[in-house]
Amino acid sequence: MSDIKLALRQIWYINKALVRNPASLFFTLIFPLMFLVIFSVVFGNGHFLVAPGRTVRVATFYVPSIAAFSVINSCYTNIAMSLSFSRDSGALKRIHGSPLPVWSYMLARILHAVLIAILLVVICAAFGALVYGATLPTSTLPAFALTLVVGAAVFSALGVAVTAVIPNADAAPAVVNGTILPLLFISNVFIPLENPSGWIDVVGKIFPVRHFADALVGSFFQLSGSGLHTNDLLVLGAWGVAGVVLGVRFFQWEPRT
Amino acid sequence: MAKLAGVAIEVDDLRKSYGSLEAVRGISFTVADGEVFALLGPNGAGKTTTVEILEGFRSRDGGRVSVLGFDPAKGERRLKEQMGIVLQTTGVDPYLTVAETVDMFRGYYPKPRPRDEVLGLVGLEDKSDSRVTKLSGGQRRRLDVAIALAGDPQVLFLDEPTTGFDPGARRAAWEVIKGLKSLGKTIFLTSHSMDEVQFLADRVVIIAAGKIAAQGTPETLAGRQQATTTIRFRIPASVTLPETLRPGARLDGDSIELETKDPTRALYELTSWAVQAAVSLEGISVTQPSLEDVYLDITKESAGAPA
Repeated sequence: MSDIKLALRQIWYINKALVRNPASLFFTLIFPLMFLVIFSVVFGNGHFLVAPGRTVRVATFYVPSIAAFSVINSCYTNIAMSLSFSRDSGALKRIHGSPLPVWSYMLARILHAVLIAILLVVICAAFGALVYGATLPTSTLPAFALTLVVGAAVFSALGVAVTAVIPNADAAPAVVNGTILPLLFISNVFIPLENPSGWIDVVGKIFPVRHFADALVGSFFQLSGSGLHTNDLLVLGAWGVAGVVLGVRFFQWEPRT
Repeated sequence: MAKLAGVAIEVDDLRKSYGSLEAVRGISFTVADGEVFALLGPNGAGKTTTVEILEGFRSRDGGRVSVLGFDPAKGERRLKEQMGIVLQTTGVDPYLTVAETVDMFRGYYPKPRPRDEVLGLVGLEDKSDSRVTKLSGGQRRRLDVAIALAGDPQVLFLDEPTTGFDPGARRAAWEVIKGLKSLGKTIFLTSHSMDEVQFLADRVVIIAAGKIAAQGTPETLAGRQQATTTIRFRIPASVTLPETLRPGARLDGDSIELETKDPTRALYELTSWAVQAAVSLEGISVTQPSLEDVYLDITKESAGAPA
């Protein structure tokens, strides 16, 4: 069997295990919708003037923000956590001792996370359009899809890489949340920052979260143009490369105690 | 490194340190094809380090290692395809069924053993559709063995395979391992249980403080068959032993213990005297030191050595 086929086969088993854990499946799928409802209730869903005589519902901006959050959660957070747990349980060591190529295994975990992320974004967009009247992308759809896939891949790579500094599963939630939550708050995901002050602006520009959020929101709704945010995507790509290099170099198959 | 005919595993002057701690200090041994080989030693003796170097999980600092002609440190897929590993920790997805788990691992190997055969070998046929979460501890351990057998390996590493088993489960696991031996598999076993080693192993190496303290078959280990034999019996207080038997005899409670290096002669002399003198030797027993006695002796001596 080819190594790609092995990876695809592995995805099937990963997915089977997820589907058999109903609590995990339910909250994974419901997660973005909860945020969409909360945003719309708390911040309102009025008409927003985007051009003379043209308004869209505010949910049009909530949907891509929550989509960005869903991707980061599904890829970065979930991969880092689940890899840490697999490492503690000895599952990673067992895979390492088997002939399954390492990259087939990692590819399977990453592709599964990316597929879940895409599914969440589709659910979120559909719910936003049907219930809150969000405007869905048409001419910018290719840019949106590209941004989505690039972002999912980059945050997956970073999720793998961060496990190198997570000593064991007990430390995983603290490390993962500690690295991602502050960034989510200063990167136009939860709160749109009109004119972020000095250092918040600098930190936001260095790390990948804001670039991803801006690129995703910008390609979800755009009055004209392709919606492609090339510069943001380049920064994201650089983080992705860094994630892969660090992940390959420092990945640990066994927990440190 | 080509594989030598008849040799499955070769270790020559293996060394490994963790910081200033020398965990393995120059170990050499050979495991023949189809042999059940047991590595024994107290905790911290370097057992796990040695096994994990052979399995490819750890690097070594010095010496030569060959498993089926491969250097395990290189992590080559062709070697992994011929190796089965049962680790001390399990790490199986709890939500998959037994059959799915075995099939998942079978898929990683070029020539897997049929699933029903694998489950039959470990006695989990009836649990095929059970999820891993529903298995008992002993059944999970058998699933570990099943996973190690999925690829139909030439060499099987079993790291303390029956720790935590009840006596029935342990006996069943031993039968499984005996069965694997009859299939011609080479089995590398580590264990704390002397009974297990006695029952299963063709050859034993005892390591202590990172060095080989003794090696041999379970029967002959450390000159066990030449060691002192103890003959124990009771005779009425009014009777005294003949002169020839007095050296080596001592009173232990109301029993007499006779220690001898030549049990055949001692028993002959003792019983022919007893028959002639019409003395009944009550509760007579003849014991050799058990493997456990030998093991404790060897590891006690080595514990005194500088670490």
